[in-house]
Amino acid sequence: MMYAVLCYNDEDVVWSWSKEEDAAVMARLGVVQQKLAREGKLGPSLRLLPTTSATTLRKTQDPPLVIDGPFAETKEQLLGFYILDVANLDEALDAARELAAVNPGGSYEIRPVALYHADPRAG
Amino acid sequence: MTDLTWINGALTAARPQAIGALLRYFRDLDTAEEAYQEACLRALQNWPRNGPPRDPAAWLILVGRNAALDGARRRARQDPLPEEETLSDLEDVETPLAERLDGSHYRDDVLRLLFICCHPELPATQQIALALRIVSGLTVAQIARAFLVSDAAMEQRITRAKSRIARADVPFETPGAVERAERLAAVAAMIYLVFNEGYSARTSLCDEAIRLARLLLRLFPAEPEVMGLTALMLLQHARAAARFDAAGEIVLLDDQDRSLWDGKLIAEGLALIDKAMRHRAPGVYQVQAAIAALHARAARPEETDWAQIDALYEALERLQPSPVVTLNRAVAVSKVQGAEEALAMIEPLAERLAGYFHFFGVKGGLLLQLGRGEEARVAFDRAIALANTPAEAAHIRMHLDRLGVG
Repeated sequence: MMYAVLCYNDEDVVWSWSKEEDAAVMARLGVVQQKLAREGKLGPSLRLLPTTSATTLRKTQDPPLVIDGPFAETKEQLLGFYILDVANLDEALDAARELAAVNPGGSYEIRPVALYHADPRAG
Repeated sequence: MTDLTWINGALTAARPQAIGALLRYFRDLDTAEEAYQEACLRALQNWPRNGPPRDPAAWLILVGRNAALDGARRRARQDPLPEEETLSDLEDVETPLAERLDGSHYRDDVLRLLFICCHPELPATQQIALALRIVSGLTVAQIARAFLVSDAAMEQRITRAKSRIARADVPFETPGAVERAERLAAVAAMIYLVFNEGYSARTSLCDEAIRLARLLLRLFPAEPEVMGLTALMLLQHARAAARFDAAGEIVLLDDQDRSLWDGKLIAEGLALIDKAMRHRAPGVYQVQAAIAALHARAARPEETDWAQIDALYEALERLQPSPVVTLNRAVAVSKVQGAEEALAMIEPLAERLAGYFHFFGVKGGLLLQLGRGEEARVAFDRAIALANTPAEAAHIRMHLDRLGVG
């Protein structure tokens, strides 16, 4: 079963981290990610740039409207995600708890994946 | 789960919004700052016990406001307000407050806070110091270190700036569109001053300026010049690790190890300049960012699109005529057309740039390319005399060494 772990946190806080603080969090997460990868549970993962660099295409009108900024103004923003390949929700939650232990603050939304296309360029 | 790092991060992130709102309530900077400080102290006691609030900024504003009113009443020998622990349900009060803050107030509160730091009566150094103290929340000691002055001198500078602000008319009414645009331009210029202070002194002020720019961009997500300013600083700061060698000497763009450039900052900068260009409303920050983007896009120096850079400097000359811009354009011209043309371009600037280090650095470099060693030496000597930092002087001395002095 594939789950997406959507990482939400206050980007003001996360992007206020110094280079050293950021690197320390990434290093701690790296250890957990390597463990999950060894167990065959970790798929692709990615980190997003701040929502200030986002552009939104509103499709509710024709032609769609281009808006600067994220889709929704929220207190916590989508900062990145992991794809997990695990047996069930409990395993997905366990993996998310391990990630949370080294990167507190914010929330993980654990969401089952309906359709998954691997990177077509990977060949 | 509330660890101290998270709390500190949340307090720093909430600071501009909280102090901005408290300033609107109390209309006095010192009172607003004290109220915020008091709220932070209570947060440090309260949050680890009770968990972080849903909206840290709203919590800090409410608690800070109550604490300041409490203090004022105590001074007036009246009954104090209850402590925040005894308030039955902070959440109830927090919700409508948070909703109000999501509206236009929030934007104008933070903009006002930034704007009072750019009061035209304040010299640039005081503007920067004030913004770093009030908006960023850096300590006096941290700011003093960034400016290479004593704590006492910086304390005095900030106190002086604050008393000027207190005497000045701070506009508390909601700004109209024209005023808002004017404030935005003043704030953008102040943020760029912070960045440049960090850029020449190699301090963390560059990171702080970028943080302020992202803050401004979140408030005004569709302003192309705010995108341009943020992109410009990101793209310039991306080169920080490559700009100086192990001995602390300047490494020119052509000689930099491009693998040391920060890919994450470059990606964000390029994304922002792309977004800005869509608006087709060019401005000085966007054009400068576009120039920085062309450098960032070149994997090797010889891949740099100098013709396009020349065209962008020409556009910049039109938007903001200045001998310094022409001097920069001359560097691009020297790459496209040759040193002769570039030299002809900067010679008319000699009088206006007679005290400008870079003028003589560029002039010496062009003369050197043309094989006019003796004249180059004179220009380089002049540059050393005008150098602002030891690194600048050392860089020019290296050229002189190559000329084989003595």
